[in-house]
Amino acid sequence: MFDEMLQTLGLSAFSLKGFGPLLLQGTWMTIKLSLLSLLVSIMLGLIGASCKLSSLRIVRIPAQLYTTLIRGVPDLVLMLLIFYSLQTWLTGLTEAMDWDYIEIDPFAAGVITLGFIYGAYFTETFRGAILSVPRGQVEAATAYGLKRSQRFRFVVFPQMMRFALPGIGNNWMVMLKATALVSIIGLADLVKAAQDAGKSTYQLFFFLVVAALIYLLITSISNVALRWAERRYAAGSREAQR
Amino acid sequence: MIELLQDYWRPFLYSDGYHITGLAMTMWLLSASIAIGFVVSIPLSIARVSRKFWVRLPVQFYTYLFRGTPLYIQLLICYTGIYSIAAVRAQPLLDAFFRDAMNCTILAFALNTCAYTTEIFAGAIRSMHHGEVEAAKAYGLSGWKLYAYVIMPSALRRSLPFYSNEVILMLHSTTVAFTATVPDILKVARDANSATFMTFQSFGIAALIYLTITFALVGLFRLAERRWLAFLGPAH
Repeated sequence: MFDEMLQTLGLSAFSLKGFGPLLLQGTWMTIKLSLLSLLVSIMLGLIGASCKLSSLRIVRIPAQLYTTLIRGVPDLVLMLLIFYSLQTWLTGLTEAMDWDYIEIDPFAAGVITLGFIYGAYFTETFRGAILSVPRGQVEAATAYGLKRSQRFRFVVFPQMMRFALPGIGNNWMVMLKATALVSIIGLADLVKAAQDAGKSTYQLFFFLVVAALIYLLITSISNVALRWAERRYAAGSREAQR
Repeated sequence: MIELLQDYWRPFLYSDGYHITGLAMTMWLLSASIAIGFVVSIPLSIARVSRKFWVRLPVQFYTYLFRGTPLYIQLLICYTGIYSIAAVRAQPLLDAFFRDAMNCTILAFALNTCAYTTEIFAGAIRSMHHGEVEAAKAYGLSGWKLYAYVIMPSALRRSLPFYSNEVILMLHSTTVAFTATVPDILKVARDANSATFMTFQSFGIAALIYLTITFALVGLFRLAERRWLAFLGPAH
């Protein structure tokens, strides 16, 4: 009875029709891609934030341009623009130099593209967080004779993280969901796996829902982890009594 | 570059001769989904902060589902997933609705933005100062009047900065519509790209159009904030 009901919905009761491994591979690809892009974008974000807060105009203006332009254009448009243009430029270069044809690894290109796009969002997050650290902290660190790099590592960074964490969490969620778009530029991620499995079994609905649930699982786990991290970095700070 | 603009400025802006395309289509997608999302999210946000858990829980579950999954998957489910179910195709009404790409796209977009908007409004209602509500109650307002005259006007105003963010994110999200064959700006850019192989220029034009819309929206919301959030600014 229950099985029949599921059959009419296009689902067969709880079997993945032998497509479990494919979906698992896709999931792994999605996780790998989003974690590596997170790393790239955090790096870019820290560099961008320090450029934006610099007193030198030459570094401040490019950083300003980077965040404004990238955050004003949809991520999918940028993804297609950067991904396809990279290949065209490289092909043009190899032809001009008479080298062999080089094909860009789609995975690396995906990581670079996503990292570059979300680096702009992280720049804004980190800029706000660095500005939230009281000035006196840096002055005190300077008074204790800490060098520039030490000031950042031991004083600014640990305090900044508390202000940055909600923003980082937010960006991470947006980025994780943006990785679903990489199947459009031809990466074999979770969405691609679900579509392939669905098309070959004529049960597209079922497999897409499975993919959605996997994403839901990843975002839920990240939520729990973020809440833990926020509690940890908030150690030593007091919340207003409500 | 100039030939590209000459050939494609019309589809990029409003029409390819047969259908509405490009900028006009993107704006239609955006305004339709934002409007539906806004109207539906107001009762949902009130339900979201309800003290009765059986009112609160379904809304919470809905926002959790739609905020926890990518819009692209939601669109795929609406557009290809639901229509692949035989039972849906057997129903004439459902068949007619889900066969049209436009319907599916707007449905997916509206459901998605409604979930985010509901959480934004619910947050604003929750952060309402208790004194305001107490004063309203002391004046004898209760039930829907309390919401219509005091809580919602205040909550909607205070959520304006977050709401503008959501509208801009939604504009950026409309780009996935081309995967459901809806001819928005990005679809035109892809067509131009495959016809001329001028990748950077084709997508660059699309990027510039999106950038312009983003700046226009930011400007509009800044005006709106100056009008409706003036009471939060510094005293003159």
